[in-house]
Amino acid sequence: MSAPAEKFSNLTQWILPIGILVVWQVLSSIGFIPGRVLPAPTDVILAGWKVLLNGELAKNIWVSFWRALVGFAIGGGIGFALGLANGLSRRSERFLDSTLQMIRNVPHLALIPLVILWFGIDETAKIFLVALGVFFPIYINTQHGIRTVDAQLVEMGQTYGMTRGALFWRVYLPGALPSIFVGLRYALGIMWLTLIVAETIAASSGIGYMAMQAREFLLVDIVVLSILIYALLGKLADSTARLLERLCLGWHPAFQKR
Amino acid sequence: MTVHALKRFDNVTELAPQALVPADTSRGLSITAQGLEKSFGDNRVLRGLDFHVPAGQFVAIVGRSGCGKSTLLRLLLNLDQASGGQFWFGERNDAKPDKSAVRVMFQEPRLLPWASVLSNVEVGLGDKRGTPEGRALALDALRNVGLETRRDDWPAVLSGGQKQRVALARALVSNPRVLAFDEPLGALDALTRISMQKLLGQVWVDQGFTAIMVTHDVAEAVTLADRVLIIEEGEIAMDLSVDLPRPRERGSVEVAQLEGRILRELFRNSKAGEDA
Ligand SMILES: Nc1ncnc2c1ncn2[C@@H]1O[C@H](COP(=O)(O)OP(=O)(O)OP(=O)(O)O)[C@@H](O)[C@H]1O
Ligand SMILES: [Mg+2]
Repeated sequence: MSAPAEKFSNLTQWILPIGILVVWQVLSSIGFIPGRVLPAPTDVILAGWKVLLNGELAKNIWVSFWRALVGFAIGGGIGFALGLANGLSRRSERFLDSTLQMIRNVPHLALIPLVILWFGIDETAKIFLVALGVFFPIYINTQHGIRTVDAQLVEMGQTYGMTRGALFWRVYLPGALPSIFVGLRYALGIMWLTLIVAETIAASSGIGYMAMQAREFLLVDIVVLSILIYALLGKLADSTARLLERLCLGWHPAFQKR
Repeated sequence: MTVHALKRFDNVTELAPQALVPADTSRGLSITAQGLEKSFGDNRVLRGLDFHVPAGQFVAIVGRSGCGKSTLLRLLLNLDQASGGQFWFGERNDAKPDKSAVRVMFQEPRLLPWASVLSNVEVGLGDKRGTPEGRALALDALRNVGLETRRDDWPAVLSGGQKQRVALARALVSNPRVLAFDEPLGALDALTRISMQKLLGQVWVDQGFTAIMVTHDVAEAVTLADRVLIIEEGEIAMDLSVDLPRPRERGSVEVAQLEGRILRELFRNSKAGEDA
C-alpha cells in the first residue's frame, strides 16, 4: 500500500466517532436531547476544563491510573510467573492448576463485600480486586502459550545442543508470546472494568468516585466526562498493548505488512 | 520456488568443482550398530539391527511406513534410548563424538519463526554462536545453499524449498561428521526435489561427511546413495550396494533396474504382510 493511501485508511477509523459527536452536538443544540439527560459535547468539554483547572481531574486520573498499574503489576506478575511454571513443569501444574481453576470460577467482583469487610475502602481493596481480576487471563494464556509451543522446535533445539536456559529464552518464550499478548489485552480490559466497579462502590478518590459525587449533585456533565475518561484510558492501554505486540511479533505472519 | 531462484541455485552447483565422490572421507565418522532394539510397550519396532557404515559413505534407508526408520534415526541422535543393543560412532572405544559432529535434517524445516534466516543458521553453530567467526561461517553456509541475499528475512516469507535449504545450511554450518536425514525432501514438489538432490549430493562430495538418509523415494535413494538398506519387520531385509558411476541419471536403465529390484523387495513383503 502506498503512503498516502495508508494515511487515508488510518483516517477512516475516525469518521464514524466524529460523525456521532457532530450529530450529538446538533441534537443537543436544537433541544432534542434535554441537557439533564445527556449534556452536549461542548458542555462536557467545559465541565472538563473546570475540573482540570481546579486540579481535581488530574488528581483523580492519577489515583485511578496508579491503582490500575499497581494492581496489574501484582496480579499480572504472579499470573505470568505461575503460568510459566505450570506451562513448563507438569509437577507444578498438578500441584497448583486445579486449585487455581476452582478459584477462577468465583467471579472476582462477587468478592467486593468481603473485600470491603477485610480492607475497608482504602487502596488495598481496589488493588486486590484489580490484581485478582488480571491474574487469571494472564495466567491461563501464559500457560497455554508455553504448553502449545511446537514440540518439533523444542526437539530441534535439543538436537542442536541448546541448554535448558537457551531453550526457554529462544524457543519457549518467543513461541508463547502471541498467546501471552492475547492474555495481556484481555487483562487490560478486565483491569479497567474492575476498577470502575470498585471505585463507584467503595472509594474516596479516583474517577469512579468523581462520577458518584457528581451524580449526588446531579452534575450530568461530570458523570459523562468520567465515563469518557474511562473509555480513553481503556483505549490508551489497548493501543499500547497493540504497539508492543506489533514490535514483538514482527515475525508472525499475522503481523507482517501486506 | 521461482524459475529465477532455481536457475541461480543450479549455478551454485555448477560453479562448484565437479567432483563425483568425496575426495577426502576422513572427516566422516563411521557408524556401527550391534543388535539395536527398540520397543514401545508391546510394539517391537526394531528387532536387532546390525550394520556398519564406513566413514564418508552415503547410505539410504528405505522401508514401508511405520517400519521404524525414524525410530532408528532418533536412537542415533540420542532423542530416544534403545531398549537393547548398542551403537557407536568411529572406533568402538572412542569417546562420544562432540554434539555438533552429528547433525540432522527433518522432513519439516523446523526453523525458529521468530529468528531471521541468518540467526536460524547460527543455531547450528553451538559454542561459536555470537562470535565474528561464527557469523562468517553462517554466512558461508547460507552462500552454499544460494540464500545469502535472504539473510535478514523471516522464515515465514520463504518457500518450502528455501526453508529446507536454510535447514540444510544450519545442519552444515558446524561441519558435521555425520549428517542424518529423515525424508528431508518429502514435502517438496518434484522440480524442487531434483535440485535439492543435486545440492545434497554436492555438499556430501564437498564435505565428506557420513550421510544416513531415510527416504520414501526409491529413485532418490538409488541416485544419491552408495548403499541402500531395506528395513522390514524391524530387521535389515536387504543390504544393497549401488555400484553405479556418478553422476547418475534419473531414468537411466541401470538406475531403473535397481529401483525395480528394491521396489519388488518392498512389494513382496507388503503382500506377505497382508496375507498374515
Ligand atoms: N513415541 C512413540 N510411542 C509409541 N510408539 C511409537 C513412538 N514412536 C514411534 N512409535 C511406533 O513405532 C513404529 C515406527 O515408527 P517410525 O516413526 O519409526 O516409522 P517410520 O518408518 O519412520 O514411518 P514413516 O515412513 O511413516 O515415517 C510405529 O508403529 C509407531 O507407531
Ligand atoms: Mg518417519
